[in-house]
Amino acid sequence: MALTKKKQTNGTATKITWKEIKRQKVLLIWSAIIVVYGLIFCYFPLVGWLMAFQNYKPKDGLLHSTFIGLDKFKQLFSDVAFLKVIRNTLAMGVINLIATFIAAIVFAILLNEIRSKFGKKSVQTISYLPHFLSWIIVTGILHDALSSSGIVNELLLKFHILDQPLNFFAHPQYFWGIVAFANVWKETGWNAIIYLSAITAIDPSLYEAASIDGAGRWAKIKYVTLPGIKPTIMILLLMNVGNVLNAGFEIQYLLGNGLVQSVSQTIDIYVLKWGISQGDYALGTAAGIFKSLVSIILIVIANQIAKHNGDERLF
Amino acid sequence: MTIGKKNRKKKSFADMLFVFCNTVFMILFVIMTLYPVLNTLAISFNDGTDALRGGIYLWPRKWTLKNYTTVLQKNNLVTGTIVSVARTVIGTVLALFSNAILAFIVSRKRFLFRKQLSLFWVITMYVNGGMIPVFLLYKSLGLTNSFWVYVIPGMLNAFNMLVIRTYMNGIPDSLEESAQLDGAGYTTIFLKIISPLCKPVYATVALFVAVGQWNSWFDAMLYNRMSDNLTTLQYELMKLLSSVTNQSGSVETMKNAVGTVTPASVRAAATIVTMLPIICLYPFLQKYFVTGMTLGGVKE
Repeated sequence: MALTKKKQTNGTATKITWKEIKRQKVLLIWSAIIVVYGLIFCYFPLVGWLMAFQNYKPKDGLLHSTFIGLDKFKQLFSDVAFLKVIRNTLAMGVINLIATFIAAIVFAILLNEIRSKFGKKSVQTISYLPHFLSWIIVTGILHDALSSSGIVNELLLKFHILDQPLNFFAHPQYFWGIVAFANVWKETGWNAIIYLSAITAIDPSLYEAASIDGAGRWAKIKYVTLPGIKPTIMILLLMNVGNVLNAGFEIQYLLGNGLVQSVSQTIDIYVLKWGISQGDYALGTAAGIFKSLVSIILIVIANQIAKHNGDERLF
Repeated sequence: MTIGKKNRKKKSFADMLFVFCNTVFMILFVIMTLYPVLNTLAISFNDGTDALRGGIYLWPRKWTLKNYTTVLQKNNLVTGTIVSVARTVIGTVLALFSNAILAFIVSRKRFLFRKQLSLFWVITMYVNGGMIPVFLLYKSLGLTNSFWVYVIPGMLNAFNMLVIRTYMNGIPDSLEESAQLDGAGYTTIFLKIISPLCKPVYATVALFVAVGQWNSWFDAMLYNRMSDNLTTLQYELMKLLSSVTNQSGSVETMKNAVGTVTPASVRAAATIVTMLPIICLYPFLQKYFVTGMTLGGVKE
């Protein structure tokens, strides 16, 4: 996900000569090994996409299965469950993206306003902690906290917001919210790292000038800090747009249950369910291809917007 | 003059309010982050059946070490721990080594296929075959029901490679050139000159990979479900979690309770065991992952 800003100067490109090849022998041998590895593990699976256009039978393999055109895709899009799955994936992806973004920016700005160095450092260290916990642990914690006898229900009852304990995981209307909250809880501190370093890079004289003009804390945040980190915000936003569809597997898989499956199932879970568990490899692959294509389209659009706005491009 | 003074006074009040609200917010943030962890810790040291009564927050009511001894007696949890440690150590060493070599190659200015090799990897960040083709590939390569499925497929990763490459690009070329004048080959330059300078970024990538290895569970479920001796700690924890949440009534839970230990209390202990290594390590590695995030993220 890194930004590869092209910096190398093209003028010094080395010509391919025998002498040069001999000189770079070690590099070339290692590159060859690496390319073979990449072809096997990253590129070869793309050949498997052919399955989606075949009446794929494991015993026939890719070479001997018969081609059936777009039948599997037609089957996919006539499945109401799949359309729901697309909606869920997109909805949760967008909600998570927006929620984690705002949380990280707000947190970074507020953390930067803490004057005590010790306080700042301590809060920051604690804020990283959830990022290092696995989703297994985080969903376990969520189950405990949100269960009928959990701390959330206890607090809600104490403040008379509820009369009876509420089982949050039994009601579909809470599921997307819980997922977004879990993402915010887990990643806010971690995502704030980049914004904090962007804030540190802002010229201190801008703050001094603002103080002289009589700006208070709010004004400084609004007119100095936010504009200062705007390029960072834009780049990260664009980078993450392409990942919107990827944000839906572990947590939904671990938190989902029969009662909420109409809103919890995502494309990846659908692939797992139909492709691996039911053994319909072709259908699962078709769903996977759809996901990849949408992701690539989103990345290209994001990249074009970035180019249009004169921001840094992703690649 | 008086107006200016008045304004300043008003401002300082607004500023004080801001500081107050900000402090309250940060305290709430810290509580929300730490409470679930501390609560799990308290439950893990509390008697299982007693914990079912509820009301345990930050401190155990009835102290016991039984939950932990139960965890240590469960064979699959012990196996899971060994496999998790092994995959973390071996996976991290392999990944660091291969990403470092790749980054070294693509950061050599003279290298003939510098651009092509970079592009070859950057593409993999955006395009991949997806779950089913990958599953079938691993199956045909004999990686399913094998330890190697944990460490071989993820060995090279474009993101980690780019983080190291960005760092290596910042090392002056003159070092390489003068070493070459002294007759050093690329192997020597990599091992003796570049790598020692790259220790911080190596630490960063090692941390990223190690955390990923330690925390992953899906590969154990998908590829090694049938091999009990290849289970991982996270996967065992997941099984514990689903067994706890599937038992709706406490009657069922009580029935399954062995003595004073319940599935929920064992899970709390297993959770603590699983997060302990990471909690102990990460505060000391802060500067490394902060560097890594900024190198891999927004940095020219």
